[in-house]
Amino acid sequence: MATELLLAASVQGVIQQLVFGIATGGLYASLALALVLIYRAMETLNFAQGEMATFTTFIAFSLLTYLHLPYFVVFPATVVIAVLGGILVERVIIRPVERAPVITLVLVTLGLFAIFNGLSGLIWGYVVRPFPSPFPTTPVFVGGVGISYQDLGLIGVSTIVLVLIWLLFSRTRIGLMMRAAALYPESSRLLGVRVGWMLALGWGLAAGVGAVSGMMVAPITVLDPNLMQSVLLYAFVAAVLGGIDSPVGAVVGGLAVGVVLALVGTYLPAVQDLRLVFGFLVIILVLLVKPGGLFGHEHVERV
Amino acid sequence: MALLELENVVASYGAIEVLHGVSLAVEERSVVAMLGANGAGKTTTLRAISGRVKTYGVIRFDGRAISGLAAEEVARRGIAHVPEGRGTLAQLTVLENLQMGACLRHDRAGIKKDLDLVYEYFPWMPARRSQTAALLSGGEQQMLAIARALMMRPRLLLLDEPSLGLAPNVLRSIFAIIAQLNRDQGVTVLLVEQNARAALRVADQAYVLEVGEIAVSGTGAELAQNESVRRSYLGY
Repeated sequence: MATELLLAASVQGVIQQLVFGIATGGLYASLALALVLIYRAMETLNFAQGEMATFTTFIAFSLLTYLHLPYFVVFPATVVIAVLGGILVERVIIRPVERAPVITLVLVTLGLFAIFNGLSGLIWGYVVRPFPSPFPTTPVFVGGVGISYQDLGLIGVSTIVLVLIWLLFSRTRIGLMMRAAALYPESSRLLGVRVGWMLALGWGLAAGVGAVSGMMVAPITVLDPNLMQSVLLYAFVAAVLGGIDSPVGAVVGGLAVGVVLALVGTYLPAVQDLRLVFGFLVIILVLLVKPGGLFGHEHVERV
Repeated sequence: MALLELENVVASYGAIEVLHGVSLAVEERSVVAMLGANGAGKTTTLRAISGRVKTYGVIRFDGRAISGLAAEEVARRGIAHVPEGRGTLAQLTVLENLQMGACLRHDRAGIKKDLDLVYEYFPWMPARRSQTAALLSGGEQQMLAIARALMMRPRLLLLDEPSLGLAPNVLRSIFAIIAQLNRDQGVTVLLVEQNARAALRVADQAYVLEVGEIAVSGTGAELAQNESVRRSYLGY
């Protein structure tokens, strides 16, 4: 009797942790996807992706707190601001170094990291702020397993974001042009594509996705200028694991990282504090064993 | 007035001047061939026209100067450049390659019609439209490059060595299609070729480029009869 109860409890526990893992994994997946979008266009990681997301989350915070706008207005408004901001950052800061060597671009994005982190601190201070969640915190019971609306909401939002991006790239002309411009800039120019603007759109899109993750992460933790740093790290892990140039890989990698972290957190509390180490370990192992990641492109060419 | 005119065009890569004052004209609805040895500046001439190398001198398209424009702006004026290496969008599918050709057009019906036309010219394409372009053979990629350029509905088609690396029978069908496109669709073509024999057969007008300058010019038939051209480029 007692063992049956324990078993039942543990099965429920595992399911709860899986749902939680998928929910947080969706956040890693979204941000990883933002990294992959930029990587495909520039062959460099945007180290400022997380700080840009934090900055826009603060903007959302201000709209909510000081302008008292309702959440359902603030959310889309923030995404639009983020997209425009991303385009602006690309046009003003990235464009002059667009054709520079990768190391220059890396340094520029690191500079952006410092700028956005500093700006967030300067404008909103280093105190922690509460950020509301659009989802109720009460659990819903599915077959006797209590699952939080928060987790389900996160899964829903991530799914919508990922599906929208997939539709954009696979079903629309502008998405096709963005893919072509990222992969084959010279050939695309000869077809009349304004490659620079496609890159700017990519930055806008990535910033928009980042803003959504920021507004989803902030209610779980708290809002401060370092909000997205650990999320960004796990997004890196997810992107590398999935294959840094693969959007599908980013999603699978994000979910895998989320689930593993959730299970480790619950069942191996002893190594809980080594989560960051675990993250770096995954990056190193992937780069050593399968540098292309799980879904990275093996270069197919026939001459 | 010619559709395309070059007057004393000078082009250089860094300190190395490659074109030393090239002048040529391409009449509307004609096929013009540019012949010459490796390194004579044929590819550079095309790059100069499509805005991919810095130039001095005048390049006029349809009566308006296009020198100094970025490559994408030149393309938007109706010049389709099939570059060396064919510009295949290798990771995209065959159909996506074709759609990219038409990516700036808004005439849905026209695009559909041109796609049907392309499929008519290249009957192997429809069955393989979902395949990644990287999996096509060299000849097929060359045909795809021409097809993609056609989807732009260009007024001028620049072709850089379409014969490069192709088997003789494939080469013949490519040149047949170029001639047919010019005749039936009225596409103006400027063609760079090392295979002088094949090029002169389709060309209305031809230029021979030697170390960055025009050495000989004339109709295709004239050049085919020209003693030095025959010795240097036709090998008999």
